[in-house]
Amino acid sequence: MSVESVFPQLEALLPHVQKPIQYVGGELNSTVKEWDSCDVRWALMYPDAYEVGLPNQGVMILYEVLNEREGVLAERTYSVWPDLEELMREHKVPQFTVDSHRPVSAFDVFGVSFSTELGYTNLLTALDLAGIPLDAVDRTEDHPVVVAGGHAAFNPEPIADFIDCAVIGDGEQAVLDMTEIVRAWKAEGRPGGRDELLFRLARTGGVYVPKFYDVEYLADGRISRVVPNRSGVPWRVSKHTVMDLDEWPYPKQPLVPLAETVHERMSVEIFRGCTRGCRFCQAGMITRPVRERSITGIGEMVDKGLKATGFEEVGLLSLSSADHTEIGDIAKGLADRYEEDKIGLSLPSTRVDAFNIDLANELTRNGRRSGLTFAPEGGSERIRKVINKMVSEEDLIRTVATAYGNGWRQVKLYFMCGLPTETDDDVLQIADMATKVIAKGREVSGKNDIRCTVSIGGFVPKPHTPFQWAPQLSAEETDARLEKLRDKIRGDKKYGRSIGFRYHDGKPGIVEGLLSRGDRRVGAVIRAVYEDGGRFDGWREHFSYDRWMECAERTLPAFGLDVDWYTTRERTYEEVLPWDHLDSGLDKDWLWEDWQDSLDETEVEDCRWTPCFDCGVCPQMQTEIQIGPTGRKLLPLSVK
Amino acid sequence: MFDRKEVQGDSPLGKRQPEGPPPAPAVQRIRLRYTKRGRLRFTSHRDFQRAFERALRRAEVPVAYSAGFTPHPKVSYANAAPTGTGSEAEYLEIQLTEARDPETLRVLLDASLPAGLDITDAVEARTPGLADRLQASVWEIRLDQVSPEEAGRAVAAFLEADTVEVERRTKNGLRTFDARAAVARLEAFPLRADRPGDTGCAILRLVVRHLTPAVRPDDVLSGLRATADLAPPVPAAVTRLAQGLLDEESGTVTDPLAPDREAVQAAPSTAAELTAAMAPEGSA
Repeated sequence: MSVESVFPQLEALLPHVQKPIQYVGGELNSTVKEWDSCDVRWALMYPDAYEVGLPNQGVMILYEVLNEREGVLAERTYSVWPDLEELMREHKVPQFTVDSHRPVSAFDVFGVSFSTELGYTNLLTALDLAGIPLDAVDRTEDHPVVVAGGHAAFNPEPIADFIDCAVIGDGEQAVLDMTEIVRAWKAEGRPGGRDELLFRLARTGGVYVPKFYDVEYLADGRISRVVPNRSGVPWRVSKHTVMDLDEWPYPKQPLVPLAETVHERMSVEIFRGCTRGCRFCQAGMITRPVRERSITGIGEMVDKGLKATGFEEVGLLSLSSADHTEIGDIAKGLADRYEEDKIGLSLPSTRVDAFNIDLANELTRNGRRSGLTFAPEGGSERIRKVINKMVSEEDLIRTVATAYGNGWRQVKLYFMCGLPTETDDDVLQIADMATKVIAKGREVSGKNDIRCTVSIGGFVPKPHTPFQWAPQLSAEETDARLEKLRDKIRGDKKYGRSIGFRYHDGKPGIVEGLLSRGDRRVGAVIRAVYEDGGRFDGWREHFSYDRWMECAERTLPAFGLDVDWYTTRERTYEEVLPWDHLDSGLDKDWLWEDWQDSLDETEVEDCRWTPCFDCGVCPQMQTEIQIGPTGRKLLPLSVK
Repeated sequence: MFDRKEVQGDSPLGKRQPEGPPPAPAVQRIRLRYTKRGRLRFTSHRDFQRAFERALRRAEVPVAYSAGFTPHPKVSYANAAPTGTGSEAEYLEIQLTEARDPETLRVLLDASLPAGLDITDAVEARTPGLADRLQASVWEIRLDQVSPEEAGRAVAAFLEADTVEVERRTKNGLRTFDARAAVARLEAFPLRADRPGDTGCAILRLVVRHLTPAVRPDDVLSGLRATADLAPPVPAAVTRLAQGLLDEESGTVTDPLAPDREAVQAAPSTAAELTAAMAPEGSA
């Protein structure tokens, strides 16, 4: 059965919407496969606008991995802006893929990647536009299997009603395994319908199917237990971990959009995972262990990727890029190789030390030295011990001195507000730190017009971290603390004018907190917000705190709960957390000990260069740390 | 609300110059004609610029760059068609640091761009003022579900008027101007129905002078609505067919690359040098 493109209907709407190019597809390196030549078909979605979703590495990788397989096709879909949504509803145009404009409902699997919980309302919009029932229980075997992935999927409970399943961890191998299960089921004539397919996925232990688990509650609203409701379904679902990144050199042919997007560069993931142990950082906790791509593997990906795309910038991505064991050789090797070609190199996520200035200098040999960014995260030495961000003020001052001395003109410092045990004083010390940075900068450069920008946002406790038990600071208290900091910076006659202050208010953080640590009952809030018109919650101009709070007040009292119960309430050791049955490999007792250590201001070293501290991941997931150095060098390319 | 405008501009501090020699000078200029076809007509001009500059990189074209910390490839674009309209006749000029055979370059760049953004012509620039030669455009406007008779009546009414006031929303608010004076020629033709039962549709052929303020096809459509109540039920499909010097008598537009082509034919010596210069690269 062939599926027709909806492009003719869509095309008539495009002259009436903003930036129509984002809906037409045709990106360089995109793949359109013959529908009938494939027996398993995936629609992959990043639930945000095209300009944000297209550069997403996760979707790009899965798109390529799936399309490389014979008999499998993958197409992409993104959230449409409200102007097009309205026209699509009026003219009955369904949610479509940009590759060949097929209706999403025609695919076998609808995979949605959640980097953040703020995409949940956009999931509901897409399902509804696709004509797929919002509630998983209402779907028939004619509807796609809706699968959630991405970091937010490590607690999929708030969207448990709306998805058929969730996969946690690295997706590369997981999507191929799922594909084989779907293929076999279809080839056998779909025995047992949708239920059987979901059961086959669930019994692997690597796919979480919410409807096969019952959640039981205590009288006070806490969870008493989560139990499989049919035999053969495992008690806990494991995350997926890909070992040896050199075997997965994706994306090989990155998509090059015609529309302008947020990141336009050749991104290479130089390693996955992080064991720095920052206690607030969910990404660092759930992506363990560290697995490096080799220097030669990186060199090859950059070379091929640049040839395939024509991008003018290379981004070396990871959670803490300067921690690659051969980062010095990588940076120098790439800078040498592309010196003539006007290729910019960037290294996001670097840590605070002087070595990074050398690296940054190397990467900007012929470029402008405008700004360097560091993330001390906490203003006081004490709070940095609490969060295990091992940066001393001395390190920071030494680092910025080197930066200003090397011609950098501006330093940006990132912080969080509302960290566990934090007081006003911890935050006010940020102002002191900034003035010291300026003073040092003026001293080493001999100039007065250097800048330091302080950027600060509210902390949101996340599942699978030592802070998963912590109370979140209320929006009011967060805002009050930020205002005190602003007043202190502004009130500084000598240095205040050299310090920029940027902050995110506490309100979006409360909604993110509700969704991050929510359970299945929070699904009612999400649905109410969607029905009330909530869309694009990651966008300031669309996000409405009041709408979220009104909808929560309408829905949560039925369970005897409120937003504070999910956000500002501290959890105890005994409490069953909504995500306990999703196994990130981290031992819950180890997380608790780390939480207690945090309260004692005790730091933990990185297991890459100190003995294992037993977080539990490697033995539980049968994985290991994979790092260099390999001792190899990046050779100049012989043929250019 | 607490954000403070960050200080911009050059500070004397850390004023560095790029290391190394200045960029290589341009030795040749090539003029290209390109299209925006099919769904890629929704490409904005900025989108096209990015796509073209990436295509230059992929095709390893020896394009000249400006000096400084953020070098830009030396590409001049002329008079781009609005987003959403197709075009068979867009023009640009690139400067090269090594001479290339225009046709070889055209084929290479065309292959490097997505289908729909096609490079259809290339000549070595031998004359000044390509932009000055783009005096008028020929547009084809397809009006689905509009009968040729209705379109014909509207065209007649439009042409009869001395001035046709139209409004356009610009960045600076609503602007009112005359859409009539710029129109050198406007005709309606029938397009035969593709399928039985269809009533067919009308095609407008428009020749418009490039004046200030620019009169675009949708301004003429607004004018047809204003003078004759012509209101197409579906958005018009608009394509630029040609740009060039306007022959007022015949109402046609001449190929703006013709003077360069003639100059090359009259003095092919450079072309011979060019071939010689390229010889060491063999099959390139």
